[in-house]
Amino acid sequence: MNSTPLLLTRSLQTGYRSQGKKIVVSGQLPELTIKAGRLICLLGPNGSGKSTLLRTLAGLQPALGGEVAVGGKTGLSSGALARQISLVLTDRIGGSNLNVSSLVALGRYPWSGWLGVLSDGDRDIIRRGIAAADIGELLERKVHTLSDGESQKVMLARALVQDTPILMLDEPTAHLDLPSRIRLMRLLHQLAREMNKGILLSTHELDLALQVADEVWLLQNVGPLHKGAPEDLVLGGVFEAAFEKEDVHFDRATGVFRIHREGSRRIRLIVTATAGGALAAFWTRRALQREGFTVAEEDSGDAIVIGEQGGRPIWVLDAGGGGRQYNSVEALIEALNHLRLE
Amino acid sequence: MDRTLSGLGRWTGLFLLLIGALLLDLSAGAVRIPLREVLHILFTSSAGDETWLFIVEKIRIPKACTAVLAGCGLSIGGLQMQTLFRNPLAEPGVLGITAGASLGVAAVMLAGGSMATLYAIKELGGGGSWLVTGAACLGAAGVMLFVLMLSRRVRDNVTMLIIGLMISSITIAVTSIWQYFSNPEEVKEYLLWTFGSLGGVSGGQLLILAVTIVAGLVVAFLSSKMLDALLLGENYARSMGLTVERARLIIICSTSLLVGSITAFCGPIGFLGIAVPHLARGAFNTANHRILIPACCVIGSILLLLCDSIAQWPGSQTVLPINIVTSLVGAPMVIFLLLRTRKLKPF
Repeated sequence: MNSTPLLLTRSLQTGYRSQGKKIVVSGQLPELTIKAGRLICLLGPNGSGKSTLLRTLAGLQPALGGEVAVGGKTGLSSGALARQISLVLTDRIGGSNLNVSSLVALGRYPWSGWLGVLSDGDRDIIRRGIAAADIGELLERKVHTLSDGESQKVMLARALVQDTPILMLDEPTAHLDLPSRIRLMRLLHQLAREMNKGILLSTHELDLALQVADEVWLLQNVGPLHKGAPEDLVLGGVFEAAFEKEDVHFDRATGVFRIHREGSRRIRLIVTATAGGALAAFWTRRALQREGFTVAEEDSGDAIVIGEQGGRPIWVLDAGGGGRQYNSVEALIEALNHLRLE
Repeated sequence: MDRTLSGLGRWTGLFLLLIGALLLDLSAGAVRIPLREVLHILFTSSAGDETWLFIVEKIRIPKACTAVLAGCGLSIGGLQMQTLFRNPLAEPGVLGITAGASLGVAAVMLAGGSMATLYAIKELGGGGSWLVTGAACLGAAGVMLFVLMLSRRVRDNVTMLIIGLMISSITIAVTSIWQYFSNPEEVKEYLLWTFGSLGGVSGGQLLILAVTIVAGLVVAFLSSKMLDALLLGENYARSMGLTVERARLIIICSTSLLVGSITAFCGPIGFLGIAVPHLARGAFNTANHRILIPACCVIGSILLLLCDSIAQWPGSQTVLPINIVTSLVGAPMVIFLLLRTRKLKPF
């Protein structure tokens, strides 16, 4: 794999200039690199400057300080930059008489001549982009009739047709349903691996990012940008620390955010060594957390024993002296709530 | 292959319509000349009636040429504005460009001062035309630059459109103040100019108009790739390597040249700029400017020739001002388009 970076920043500072004043969005950033074949996820809460950083790296807006070197060169003309970086933005293309195939063909813009006449080579690249983004059946559709998911795929195809080493996407998963989000992320991961592109995308999908990203850049409203392999950031407690400020708890053990605060009632969970025991325990714990229980390791009086009966999990509630048996989480929770009322 | 053939069919149909409209325009007028005679004159340059020959060659052909030039120019101006502002209702008139041209002309006609100056200008002939054209172009370009300057601070189209309308109102108000303090003779001259006329352009003036329009059209055609990129909005256009500021400037220049010169010679002609681009998009079902620009030229020419024929119809001595006819024909057409498609598709 080529190890010289496609994009490299030096003491970059992003923000806006307004009426002669600098409005700094991010303080001085560490050296950022985008390498071929790597997928980078840019994470951070709203207002942390994800879009500003992306736009600055893409050359859509000037940096307040420092520099961005693309392909080893700084200060590229917009034409030269367009042959290095392609973009998928959040801008809507709605209300247009444009059909999908013309829109995708526009991706050849930086490579075609004065009038934008396409060569056979161009058409070949367009065909490949259409195949990669799997939009073959959308070609004759008008752009404004596309759903959000289709539209996102079409804009991705346009960016692929632009045939650049770097691809940047601004919140490509916003407005998509869950399967579309997963498919898009999987596709981007494949593109990075198979086409050897350097891909940078900003997203709020932390769990997906953790699964798919080779590297995470974590922006915060206050504090420095953290970067590294997602697993390293989790293990190093960076996520936990970053989101604790936002009053949200990231659970390192499960890799998800906890919605429910720790409850005051404590209960013990005992798992017998059965095949599905660990799985049942995981989901039982989730249900208990939702109900305001804190699952305790030490003996705290009440306990739930998870066992197995005929290949299915069963729950035995050992509380208030009695030991009743339940065969669903729902029944167990109902019994617990009943117990509380008494 | 299938699609190119049907495209060819549409072009053939449009060209036949264009020829039909051209012949109709040549035949219609205060003196009605039969179609066969018109054809005879066109092909042999002779006619049974010398008057008819004179009318066709000296009056009707220049007028038809003017209609074709103005039809092309106004439609392309409208198309460029709609794409640049990404607004289906944009046209040079809505954004104050026509008003700017009017202000320029008013400045020459009214503040050009006394009747003596005006006569002097008229005496200059070609030079006078250049002066009026130049003033109209400057007025149009000035207003358009101002609109664009403001457009950089505004992101959404509706706000931009309202700002354009306001600038148009201001420009018209300034022109009105000028009229108010001018003497009646000059005002009358100016008012006649505002009704619009395709008939007043001939000889050297027609040549001037043709040169400016062709120049504007060439610039427009060469900028078709930029216009295509702008369909995706400024950010995408920029990311594809378009220098948006330069593209804007080129498009402004082209539109001002087209609309400014037409307004100078023919007076303000409304509605063509807004209606024709939508008709062209409907007819060719595309957003590609390499197709839309020639399509707008042909459809715009047909429409203005038809409007001109209607203005003369039927053989009456009075001729309706062209601006009134285009509004009467164009406004219902835009309403029809709105009702049929529910949503005008701007690009």
